[in-house]
Amino acid sequence: MLEVRDLVVRYGPVVAVDGVSLSVPKGPAGFGLVGESGSGKTTIGRAIVKLVEPESGSIELDGLDVLGARGGDLKRYRKGVQIIFQDPDSTLDPRMRVRGAITEVLRAHGAVPRAGEAARVTELLEQVGLQADHADRLPHQLSGGQRQRVSIARALAVEPELLVLDEPTSALDVTVQARVLELIARLREERSLAYLLISHNLAVVEQLCEQVAVLYLGRIVEQGAAALVLSQPAHPYSRALRAAVPELSEQLPRPATTRADPPDPASPPSGCPFHPRCPLAIDRCRQEEPQLREVAGRMAACHRAEDAVRGQSEASDQRS
Amino acid sequence: MKLEVRDLGVWFADRRVVEVDSLELDRGETLGLVGETGSGKSMTAYAIAGLAPGMGARVEGSVQLDGRELTTLSQGAWRDIRGRRIAMIFQAPISSLNPVFRTGDVFTRALQLHGASKAEARTRAAEAMRSVSLSPDLLRRYPHQLSGGQAQRIAIAQAIALRAEVLIADEPTSALDVTVQAEILEQLQKLRTEEGIATLFISHDLAVVSGLCDRVAIMRDGRIVERGPVRETLTSPQHAYTRELLAAVPRLGEAGNAHA
Repeated sequence: MLEVRDLVVRYGPVVAVDGVSLSVPKGPAGFGLVGESGSGKTTIGRAIVKLVEPESGSIELDGLDVLGARGGDLKRYRKGVQIIFQDPDSTLDPRMRVRGAITEVLRAHGAVPRAGEAARVTELLEQVGLQADHADRLPHQLSGGQRQRVSIARALAVEPELLVLDEPTSALDVTVQARVLELIARLREERSLAYLLISHNLAVVEQLCEQVAVLYLGRIVEQGAAALVLSQPAHPYSRALRAAVPELSEQLPRPATTRADPPDPASPPSGCPFHPRCPLAIDRCRQEEPQLREVAGRMAACHRAEDAVRGQSEASDQRS
Repeated sequence: MKLEVRDLGVWFADRRVVEVDSLELDRGETLGLVGETGSGKSMTAYAIAGLAPGMGARVEGSVQLDGRELTTLSQGAWRDIRGRRIAMIFQAPISSLNPVFRTGDVFTRALQLHGASKAEARTRAAEAMRSVSLSPDLLRRYPHQLSGGQAQRIAIAQAIALRAEVLIADEPTSALDVTVQAEILEQLQKLRTEEGIATLFISHDLAVVSGLCDRVAIMRDGRIVERGPVRETLTSPQHAYTRELLAAVPRLGEAGNAHA
């Protein structure tokens, strides 16, 4: 199980992640991180796989202190936690055939004896819905969806416990996305995988995750069961995000914030970071930063979360 | 205003990437052109806007604006139409602005090119900015000092200021966050009801199209495979591909969530 506590990541003057705590249970399990550009969701994923150095906080995997880990511990951690990026083209070497791309990972971690490599490559390709002969292709001879499947096969090659999936289907066409999502759901059950799914797409997170955290300007503003948080959000930002999702209907999504443009992350607002855009903001919100607290069955960081939840039930009463 | 497309073909060397039999757009109407990567939806838009030849494509067939043939126009004649009668907005709003000019300079120059005096151009630019809920002060900024949402609203403001009749919008919200997207969609809706602008809205997102458009055309491999009023087409699709696209749209609050 992965335990992140009080994580802070700074890029120069910008505090990209500001005191985030979360835990991903043992698989099969999905934890979703949602938020818009600049919310810090990708940075959290990168800190977990040690691509960026946090300023403070701790990350533990099954009791191992990840940030302090060296030598064999670090190597085991790097094997146990794999990341899949949005754009498979940025991770696949254009001159390396699929076989080489997967074997490279197997060898780096001494995962199988050399004699077993070919069979393992075939097995991995089949697991991600490709065929043995895809091993001899170059990345440009594959479609975008197939390339993302190769990235997934590479990540699975070392039998990880945890995957960080950073917008794994955002660059794909919807019909391709649907099949990759099915693949993730299937692998999760077959291999008892746990994953942290980073996505701007609430519907994708709802499909694949039990838990979700909503991020705004580097902070978790709401966290809880995905089914609850995504269907009846309590934080005004989660509510704005939910209301803005276009659905197949004749209604356009409603802009639910007073101003769409998020503030400059280099100089975040005082008090609640969402107050300049929040339709419910009061004086207290401008002065005092709200902490995460239990509100209607989930955690929310909002002074007015109760009013937001009440407003929601009144609105649905009026509809019914 | 009426835009009519007949037997439009777009060729790159000996490969035909677009083969659209017909498309029509009337004043105040929004037509969604939907498809996946490589469907030819953007190239269809570029051909209509007269931009395809500049990209190395050969265009055949006919595109008429109020009976005037556009495919045979000279670049000079196009300059008079593009911007003034047909405006275009793109997916990447910041990179479609010239980085070395302040946004206001480009804005007022476009208006002056189409016959406004300098003072008039400034007034109209400021007015148009306010109509898309932006402060005219943003006109003093360079493109990199704008957010994606601001830049896209400025592009829409330009179309308003030039009193364009047709807006060709190529995935104008695909690169934006959903809360910002919701605002831009509202702007586009307003553009139709208040200015009567006809919009050709290119998108891969059926959910966005379902809320914004009156009619929809589904494209695949360069052809329109299904078309009709949005509601009918998306509630009782006739073509297997339309059904496949609809089934693939991830939906919130579906009972299909196995882990909830």
